[in-house]
Amino acid sequence: MSTTAFSPLVVAHIAQLAHLELTEAETTQLGSAFAQTIDVIAKMAELDTSQVKPTHQVTGLTNVWRADEAQPNSSFTQAEALANAPLSHQGFFMVPQIIEQSE
Amino acid sequence: MLRNLTLTQALAAIKTGEINTAEITGDVLSSIEAQNPTLNVFLHVNRDAALQSEKMTSQPLAGLPIAFKDNICTKGLPTTAASTLLEKFIPPYDATVSRRLKTAGATIIGKTNLDAWAHGSSTETSQFGTTLNPRNPQHLPGGSSGGSAAAVAGNMCIASMGTETAGSIRQPAAWCGVVGLKPTYGRVSRSGLVAMASSTDSPGPITKTVADAALMLNYLAGHDPLDGTSSTQDVPDYTASLGCEIKGMKIGVLYLEMSELAHLKRFYEPVLKILADLGAEVEFTQALDPHYAISVYTVIQRAEVSSNLGRYDGIRYGQDRTYFGAEAKRRVMLGTYTLSKGYADQYYHQAQKVRTLFLDDYDRLFQKYDVLISPTSPGFAKKIGASEGSAMFGELEDMLLEPSSITGLPGISVPCYRDPDTNLFLGLNIMAPMWREDRVLQVGDAFEQATLWNSWRQHD
Repeated sequence: MSTTAFSPLVVAHIAQLAHLELTEAETTQLGSAFAQTIDVIAKMAELDTSQVKPTHQVTGLTNVWRADEAQPNSSFTQAEALANAPLSHQGFFMVPQIIEQSE
Repeated sequence: MLRNLTLTQALAAIKTGEINTAEITGDVLSSIEAQNPTLNVFLHVNRDAALQSEKMTSQPLAGLPIAFKDNICTKGLPTTAASTLLEKFIPPYDATVSRRLKTAGATIIGKTNLDAWAHGSSTETSQFGTTLNPRNPQHLPGGSSGGSAAAVAGNMCIASMGTETAGSIRQPAAWCGVVGLKPTYGRVSRSGLVAMASSTDSPGPITKTVADAALMLNYLAGHDPLDGTSSTQDVPDYTASLGCEIKGMKIGVLYLEMSELAHLKRFYEPVLKILADLGAEVEFTQALDPHYAISVYTVIQRAEVSSNLGRYDGIRYGQDRTYFGAEAKRRVMLGTYTLSKGYADQYYHQAQKVRTLFLDDYDRLFQKYDVLISPTSPGFAKKIGASEGSAMFGELEDMLLEPSSITGLPGISVPCYRDPDTNLFLGLNIMAPMWREDRVLQVGDAFEQATLWNSWRQHD
């Protein structure tokens, strides 16, 4: 029993926000999976939380800082930092082109 | 056989010179070689382990072979999180837990399978195939640390490392008939884990006995400047909790009276009797309905996943986002949805408020009880294929662990029953207030010593 429907258009929009590409079959499957999950989640609406504060951090720590200094012992060399990059050029990461070149 | 030794036994035998570490590591490697092709426990085996372990004999962990879940960064050894997206990734650094155990003299014997990105409770979402349960290969090992639990159960390591976000150490430990310890959130550094849900991720050991878990935690626990959420609380010697009486301890029993768990009652009633015979005051008590924790966990986990998995752009490391499997896509997108404008109040903020209700509920319970216990999982290890077609498989399997996970509490699962026909196990989950791992270890050890369920326990 689904209360929230996820149309292919809604699923495609979420995919776009999440930078994911979906096939048509995946779009349909995900729509029904989301409805199934939202139905389970919906149960918590039964609880009155109007007077309750949210908890984001269970141990109560706030604003943990360190001195703004370079830490050579836990820093990578340029070669180490680039070792896993699929593409690099003269010591830099190479990123896909996002702006079309004008002729 | 040497592979059957517990960590405590192995260290004692090495100390007296009876056995040398390389022999143990060699035997464990043969065990992996014989079983891994069918059970699919390891995604990567460290073939140099025998040589490495020999050099560390004089260190506290004596070079013994420890398996690591493959979402824990290990310098120079592949770390895939069981996703093809990270198939070619070789971490240029060690996670803090890897570094700490290596410094203490552990040899990383290999990297174990998990649900891809630790999303699941079966290992069936791994993009490198499902792990089979060594206790009964027609069944799942549980998850997400299924490979690490199976490695211990199958004597393919002396102990292993897992990570838990909501049940991922304790549930596979229960299904594989081994011990799984989930420390308090912040007790053990998260630095170098492939981040899943950062507000609940907790690395911890999976071992053959409670004593081994206590020993491992001694090397793992403590503040780490590389993890801002790690705690500066003092770390006791956890082995001091072993061999202690539990007489007079007040134990609250949760969930066993739920109608959904009626089938489990006959297995757990003898457990309560054993604890009572040890002198504990055992009584049933009521907690907030764990179904609400499923809602909270699902919202928080998906939200944090959508944020954490946003970093995989295929530019600095790893392949591009088309390599995400179905489960990761489903979770990232659901998190994106529940965090989006117009829905965040209804889902994300409401979940964080209900989390507070659970914290208040535990405060109330721990005023009355020293520890709380419950079944670890709603049943025995499920059959291969069980998770398919259910978007909420893991959440339902982990329902009894989610309340304590979202609130950061420490817990341990200890074997408490073995089915003679299927060779499958049930686990007893023991929970204590924040930072009281000593107490879960004390009760776990007392129970283990008083029973026959642990297959490595020495019976004299």
